[in-house]
Amino acid sequence: MQPKIRLEGTICGRPGTDTKELLELPVMAQNNRAESFASSKGNTIVPIKRSTDLGSQNVNSTRLSDVDEWGRSESLRSVARRGFQFFYDSYFRVEWEGLEKIPTEGGALLVSNHAGAIPMDAPIIMHGIEESVGRPVYGLADHFFRKLPVAGTMWSRLGGVPAHPDNAYRLLRDQRQLALVFPEGTKGTSKVFTQRYRLRRFGRGGFVEIAMKAGVPIIPIAVVGSEETMPIVFKINSLAKLTGLPYFPITANWLLMGPVLGTALSFPAKFKLRVLDPVHFNVPPDQERYSKSRVMDESESIRVSIQEALYDMLAHRGNPWLG
Amino acid sequence: MEILGRRVLLTGLGTFWGGKVAQSLESHPDVDVIVGMDVTEPIVELERTEFVRADETYSILSRIVEATQVDTIVHTFMVVDSTQMRTRRLHEINVIGTMNLLAAAGCAGTPVRRVIVKSSGLVYGCSGRDPLWFSEETPRTELPQTAIEESLVSAEGYLRDFAQDNPHVTVTLLRFSSVLGNDISTPFTETLSRGFAPSIFGFDPQLQFIDEDDVVAAIEFATSADVPGIYNVAGDGLIPWSEVAKICGATNLALPPIGTEFFASLMRRTGLVKFPPEVLQLLRFGRGIDNSRLKDLGFVYKYSSLGAVERFAKTRRLSKAIGESQKSYTYDKDVESFFHHSPAVVRSTQSDSTSDTF
Repeated sequence: MQPKIRLEGTICGRPGTDTKELLELPVMAQNNRAESFASSKGNTIVPIKRSTDLGSQNVNSTRLSDVDEWGRSESLRSVARRGFQFFYDSYFRVEWEGLEKIPTEGGALLVSNHAGAIPMDAPIIMHGIEESVGRPVYGLADHFFRKLPVAGTMWSRLGGVPAHPDNAYRLLRDQRQLALVFPEGTKGTSKVFTQRYRLRRFGRGGFVEIAMKAGVPIIPIAVVGSEETMPIVFKINSLAKLTGLPYFPITANWLLMGPVLGTALSFPAKFKLRVLDPVHFNVPPDQERYSKSRVMDESESIRVSIQEALYDMLAHRGNPWLG
Repeated sequence: MEILGRRVLLTGLGTFWGGKVAQSLESHPDVDVIVGMDVTEPIVELERTEFVRADETYSILSRIVEATQVDTIVHTFMVVDSTQMRTRRLHEINVIGTMNLLAAAGCAGTPVRRVIVKSSGLVYGCSGRDPLWFSEETPRTELPQTAIEESLVSAEGYLRDFAQDNPHVTVTLLRFSSVLGNDISTPFTETLSRGFAPSIFGFDPQLQFIDEDDVVAAIEFATSADVPGIYNVAGDGLIPWSEVAKICGATNLALPPIGTEFFASLMRRTGLVKFPPEVLQLLRFGRGIDNSRLKDLGFVYKYSSLGAVERFAKTRRLSKAIGESQKSYTYDKDVESFFHHSPAVVRSTQSDSTSDTF
């Protein structure tokens, strides 16, 4: 007889009823799932298809595309990087500080401030790290993108992943990847210009919990420049409701260039990024829950460290366009 | 850990899965008796399985359980393809059928010690808020939108209640992903065989498949091993739908992203493409179900998702070239009765002792 332990499982649906159920499962099924992915660790160079599963059992199988399980395609990504290089080098003139703090292997959660009506911080961070560190970066973002035809597919091909805790855990713990998250969410990008560089609440600290659970460090990144690329003058809430967008901004770009060009073109603000020291949490991974007060403290201290870095960088910045 | 002389009752013997599972159970020497129920006759040749005609809601089931003293019930007769029948009948089979089945299995003094149920990954639903992978515990994010999902969710609810009320019964619930295979008819196999791959414009979801042989193997695995709990059963990995179409050489038919269901219903009218709402939803967001729990128990898949697609494409190309193989078997009561019961038939040793019990 195998030893049995209680297993809590969910039979789907049945709202309003207790969804925990009491089937029993032999102990061996409780093996840490992460171990089966142990083979996927190691140093990684850019053209990565880290899908741990596909083709693993069918040696003869050849893929007709390089789309990994997240929907990311390295070939499309490299085309996009080639196209973006001009903007990165000459338009936004991106400068990094402390890039060596990005680990060359192992999972890590990159956490940054978020700004601009159509934020340029995400593509710039992803581009910069992929080009100079040589690792793919998966950008966690609102599931809103997933529901858009064409744009949603492109977003996912270029490394976008719906920000679900399970997705983040799998990326960080099982596949030891780099994931980028903006804890401010749309609260950051929907700020009007007068509120620039004042960080919003960092959600409910979910990003800290995920990093603890996955046993990976958080690497805060402070970004200066994004606020000036597409500053919001005011917002029209009724239009946001009507269109289903998270917010409906009237940007300075719109007022100057009209709705088409004003949406497509960001102002050429000078970008400066500073990678802060990695934050390690000395807690055991894979716990069901972590102390909420500890989580909120860590979340707040990361927010404060990014905020202070921003003030410091702004104090040294001469002009938003020239740096 | 095998119990000698297992006695198995199988629902849906006349369906594809029922027949396949019965065939595979027949080769198990420790399975003494296989009783298969259905409204329709079996479509595959069976050596020693006894066929009982019953209505879909199993009103005579408790009598059969008592008479045959079965210890294992394999419930394969869950409809997971809504194109096969009307909603009313679907409800009767999935919900009322499962309810009656479990009532019979749980009555006082029941000999039943094991129940294996074939369900579907459809119970997880499909929405933009879903994680990439569903584990057995991941709750669905939205309420069931389609009749098929609703029926499967309530059938699983009855099973959960049954498992709680009957702790002495080992309950195994298997949830399968979309199945591909040359013999099985699903919306995917039908449409791809006709050379079409309907899609929703601007979406290229990550899909997961399982080969039909792996489905049978998984049910067999669950029947022969003592594996209580819920298990996802699906091939490894996910593949973009566009790649599936490419492998199968199917033509992309893009439906508009708005009003998709309306245009799909027009397409369904033509009879060429039968994609029901639950599959359309899959073409928007895709779905992955994490199969690692069953693998941890030692189940080995023959095919990954990609492997299942490739195998399907290969057999389709073959049957295009040499024509469909004709089904040569039709059930005949007198013939079956002769082969099963006549003393004139020389039986192999393994089934020798068992055939007398009927």
